[in-house]
Amino acid sequence: MDLLRFFTAGSVDDGKSTLIGRLLFDSHSISTDIIETLTKQSKNIKDDNAFNLALLTDGLRAEREQGITIDVAYKYFTTSKRKFIIADTPGHVQYTRNMFTGASLAHLALLLIDARHGITEQTKRHAVISSILRIPNVLVCVNKMDLINYSEHKFNDIKDEFIKFSNPLNLSNITFIPMSALLGENVVTQSSKLEWYKEKSLLDYLETVGINPSQELLSSRFQVQYIIRPETNVLHDYRGYAGKVLSGKYYVGQKVKIFPGNYDTEITCIEMNQQNVTEACANSSVILHLKDAIDVSRGSSIIPINELPNISNEFTATLCWMDDSSFVKGQKFYLQQNSYRTKAVIKEIVYKINIHSFTPIEGESNIQLNDICKVVIKTAESVCYDKFTENRNNGSFILINENTHNTVAAGVIE
Amino acid sequence: MSQQLDYLDFLESEAIHILREVAGQFERPALLFSGGKDSTVLVHLALKAFRPGKFPFPLLHIDTGHNFEEAIIFRDQLVKQIDEKLIVRYVADTIKRHNLQDAKGKFPSRNVLQTNTLLDTIEEFAFDACIGGARRDEEKARAKERVFSVRDEFGQWNPKSQRPELWNIYNGKINKGENVRVFPISNWTELDVWNYIKREQISLPSIYFTHERDCIVLKNGQLMNVNQFVKIDETDILVRKNVRYRTVGDMTCTAAIESVAYTVDDIIKELENTKISERGATRMDDRISEAAMEDRKKNGYF
Ligand SMILES: Nc1nc2c(ncn2[C@@H]2O[C@H](COP(=O)(O)OP(=O)(O)O)[C@@H](O)[C@H]2O)c(=O)[nH]1
Repeated sequence: MDLLRFFTAGSVDDGKSTLIGRLLFDSHSISTDIIETLTKQSKNIKDDNAFNLALLTDGLRAEREQGITIDVAYKYFTTSKRKFIIADTPGHVQYTRNMFTGASLAHLALLLIDARHGITEQTKRHAVISSILRIPNVLVCVNKMDLINYSEHKFNDIKDEFIKFSNPLNLSNITFIPMSALLGENVVTQSSKLEWYKEKSLLDYLETVGINPSQELLSSRFQVQYIIRPETNVLHDYRGYAGKVLSGKYYVGQKVKIFPGNYDTEITCIEMNQQNVTEACANSSVILHLKDAIDVSRGSSIIPINELPNISNEFTATLCWMDDSSFVKGQKFYLQQNSYRTKAVIKEIVYKINIHSFTPIEGESNIQLNDICKVVIKTAESVCYDKFTENRNNGSFILINENTHNTVAAGVIE
Repeated sequence: MSQQLDYLDFLESEAIHILREVAGQFERPALLFSGGKDSTVLVHLALKAFRPGKFPFPLLHIDTGHNFEEAIIFRDQLVKQIDEKLIVRYVADTIKRHNLQDAKGKFPSRNVLQTNTLLDTIEEFAFDACIGGARRDEEKARAKERVFSVRDEFGQWNPKSQRPELWNIYNGKINKGENVRVFPISNWTELDVWNYIKREQISLPSIYFTHERDCIVLKNGQLMNVNQFVKIDETDILVRKNVRYRTVGDMTCTAAIESVAYTVDDIIKELENTKISERGATRMDDRISEAAMEDRKKNGYF
């Protein structure tokens, strides 16, 4: 059985929480004691449902009080076909950073639209974020169809408008599904009220959509997380490089280079689950052994000699600023790309992206919370990277404030 | 040909990756180990992450004193078998040292007092990271917690200003006095844990499986184990039943469930059919208030 990660995004009141509650409820992923608590809670709220499905996902007290989703909440459910991890993300512009957090690992973006209101500024922002983060599948759920008499015509209008505005964003695999989350129409089973719609229901779609398997077709990338040196009598010379295969494939006998350093060597042994194996595929956590005793430390990249990445201490990236305090010119950061860390500065702000029109604004000198901008990054030591569009796992990084140690920005390399 | 990992392989690899990030980023980490199923799975994952090397951290047990004997025997056996270091610190000592009020009442749970001992121990050893077996599916406040969860000097969790956590990049940089709680199996559900225990043939304390036990029947139907810490009243209904535990915590606040599940397979089957969540079935303390867990976490609880 495989695993699909998706994130959900919508404006307040589009019905996102109701939809997730419905998926969990109809797929029998909610326990009776939780339903009991919710029924109790719902008594305080005017709602004609037996209980408020939305309360399932809004976990924190502040959120219950304010009635909005602030942070990412993770939810899990399993059907006979797949295991799912949902990152339920907030919609407000002030929580754009949380959307980035929830969306970063997703195979799929589920964008919710209220059929009565059509495409809003928020829909556009979510589409832009999906584009920047290269989410492999974009699903647009047109919700509350019950309030527009299940009109095919209006659904098609929304669809056309979405396709038109998102054209420059290069979104991958866009799909549209009409539904009523509240009434459960077309969520788990197809709806008789939507006879004109012949495609899959939401759950059917989620169970069958392709999970990008291409991670292993990409160039091989591996970073050392930790060096294992037992230093016992028996294992006196043992030196294993522990890490996860980020993409591609590693095998015994492979000729590799080590960065930083540019040393040549060869893989002599791969351990996985305390056993020797001959090869390791993407996402496997393994221990690699090298032929030569060379300088390898945490953050070093081990790369096949015929699949070399970019190596530079200056590159262009798109940043999402995530800190409450704004960028100060000259500020120094730690840049962390997987396990590799080096000092960095933002050398230049090329432009800021207007998240609503997706147009560049030039001549900006400050970066504030939730801003998205294109910048030139300069690092103390060279970074061994791929363009994010070519390899998500080796083309992304975070910036850490040198003093507060907060994660202040997330970046994708161009 | 595509070699997509099975979801258990995926979860395992993710957890190993997180454990190695802890080893790579912190000076003095510790792994919280109680002998329960989640922390036993963590130990199993740590073996996969670090063998043939030693663990780059000791195991740490915060002992409430209200233990199931089986869990403690199991704990000590496992530690001996893997030959790793175990540190035990006792809630009873904390109560004495700080002159605290011990838990009172019919079911005197030391669950909340545990937090004091944990914070003291973190200070004693200057631990900068504590690895725990909490899962996001356990409870709504946990569902929002990061894998690397930063706690301030007072051990407090601030849910409103959590660090963003993107991709598989974990920021373990902290300021003096702060420490990080790390949750490698955040994305596992209770069923995933059991399926993994089955696949990996991980041994567990016997109380996870069916056995006969004297219990008090509570008003809500929960079964509480009769033991030396619980005050039995005349009006209590006592029964002897076939039960098992879904979690092993403080004996005074962990309820048993009626069950004849004898093997891991039986348990998986039972779980697939039950409709009561793990915490709901077995924890009295979370039922007290909706926001109980959130409040305890803010105060430094795991
Ligand atoms: N008529 C109708 N109402 C809906 C539908 N989905 C959600 N709602 C209602 O819209 C309101 C907002 O829903 P909620 O799930 O809290 O929205 P969120 O802010 O996006 O999470 C609630 O009153 C829901 O009952 C739907 O499909 N049809």
